Amino acid sequence: MDGSNGSAISMDEKVRNFSINFGPQHPAAHGVLRMVLELDGEIVERADPHIGLLHRGTEKLMESRTYLQNLPYFDRLDYVAPMNQEHAWCLAIEKLTGVEVPRRASLIRILYSEIGRIANHLMNVGSQALDIGALTPNLWGFDQRESLMIFYERACGARLHANYFRPGGVHQDLPEKLIADIQTWTEQFEPFLKDFEGLLTENRIFKQRNVDIAVVTKQDVYDWGLNGVMARSAGLAWDLRRSQPYECYNEFDFKIPVGKNGDCYDRYLLRLEEMRESIKIMQQCIVKLGECKGEDVLARGKLTPPKRSDMKTSMEALIHHFKLYTEGFHVPAGEVYAAVEAPKGEFGVYLVADGSNKPYKAKIRAPGYLHLQAVDHLATGHQLADVAAIIGTIDIVFGEIDR
Amino acid sequence: MSEALNDLAAVLEVKQSDAIVSSSIDFDELTVVVTNTSLLDFVDFLKGNASCQFTTLVDITAVDYPGREKRFEVVYHFLSMVINQRIRVKVMIEEGEQVESITSIHACANWFEREAFDMYGILFANHPDLRRLLTDYGFEGHPLRKDFPTTGYVEMRYDEVEKRCIYEPVKLTQEYRQFDFMSPWEGAEYILPGDEKKDA
Repeated sequence: MDGSNGSAISMDEKVRNFSINFGPQHPAAHGVLRMVLELDGEIVERADPHIGLLHRGTEKLMESRTYLQNLPYFDRLDYVAPMNQEHAWCLAIEKLTGVEVPRRASLIRILYSEIGRIANHLMNVGSQALDIGALTPNLWGFDQRESLMIFYERACGARLHANYFRPGGVHQDLPEKLIADIQTWTEQFEPFLKDFEGLLTENRIFKQRNVDIAVVTKQDVYDWGLNGVMARSAGLAWDLRRSQPYECYNEFDFKIPVGKNGDCYDRYLLRLEEMRESIKIMQQCIVKLGECKGEDVLARGKLTPPKRSDMKTSMEALIHHFKLYTEGFHVPAGEVYAAVEAPKGEFGVYLVADGSNKPYKAKIRAPGYLHLQAVDHLATGHQLADVAAIIGTIDIVFGEIDR
Repeated sequence: MSEALNDLAAVLEVKQSDAIVSSSIDFDELTVVVTNTSLLDFVDFLKGNASCQFTTLVDITAVDYPGREKRFEVVYHFLSMVINQRIRVKVMIEEGEQVESITSIHACANWFEREAFDMYGILFANHPDLRRLLTDYGFEGHPLRKDFPTTGYVEMRYDEVEKRCIYEPVKLTQEYRQFDFMSPWEGAEYILPGDEKKDA
């Protein structure tokens, strides 16, 4: 150096932009996300998510399996709240075949959809807190989630991959003891939620990391097709359970919490509030279930198996059972789109049937897909450390994004 | 529900008669088939018109019908939160024909169109970044086409000698089991043992 260069940085050492890989093995990537981030110092200039690392070709596989065999694939999409996905598939088939679901089955579906919603939100809030440095909420959340997993197990025998909702109803009725235990659980959940909130809501670090991060406006919601909590945080009271009711959600009394600021902190508060509303729905559901004890939970017909007792005495029932589980049922030709308000947003299935026993085409529309797409828009201009908070708040699960 | 849909279909028929090939309401869902050339204008109309306001793009996908002259159907789903309705828009195209990208109107069409390109090989004109999305880097073929085998063509493994992942043609120890459970009375295509005696 001869001193002619006055700047502290010589030309060789000029500040340049960095491209870094966030994932595919990163604890805050919520699975297998590879994100190429272009950084200017610590500021994100562009985020390019590379997805498909968990692509299993679900839609292709579905085309060569019967409708009933396809049901378990839906558990494996968003594996945090499996039954909500099955619900969309069942609704699509029921729409095409015109099958009316018995009331008791409808109530059980709602009960378990709400259990799924709470399970999902507990996981999401907990893991978001974990991503930004708080360990305890996640452990507390998992403790409660475990009880919910046990309710899953007691209903259908599996903790995660339930295969419980069936076209025309649900697989089996719930035992009385289970319903009573769910009631007891809902009563202890409210105080739990207070404790849980106490860890985070006024926590200074948690607020610093979440307030005013990834602000979503109404225009963003339209442009990027955001839905679920993302849309509601921007102040849009849009919830399919209310606006386009399916099952018998219109009988239930619940509120739809909406946000004001559209930031990560609002979405955290919304998720807590939604859990409270879900508890209300569950409790109403349990009362209604008490009114229709012993009723059938399957619409007996071509879509569903005959009763065991019938199979012992009736030849036709036996043949029907055999045909149902080998050939499967036929769905009349046509196309439908059925959507449910899954915990993450609108989960839809576009089903094209050709009259055979297999779907001609099934397209799974996952809410997380659009949310992840919007990451580029949301993360640009934020710090690198905020990317973890943003990925946490958009609530992504790669099972449903990569399919 | 369906009255409002009938009204909506009537409005579209009047205002966009040039674009619409056909429209129908099945299962309380409105499906409109439009010409490929007018797609962009039609989607813009759906978004901007006060009686429609389909501001949310829900989904884009394609369906493959190898038997048809126009092989692919590109299917768009829109949602209007204002009038609380959904609409399905379809475009029929031949293999190799391009569809105008709607990313200029709906930003979130980006990934959906990339996926349709990846899975079906449909080309979207004026798409900002038409790369593969879900399949592997360097993947060949379009897996959701009906003529693409479910097993695929190549498989990957880690090679101890070369110390890297290598691709090789799929080797199956047994044939891929594509069960045909259709009843022999209604269109099963397999030959049952003993069927050959019929011709003798």
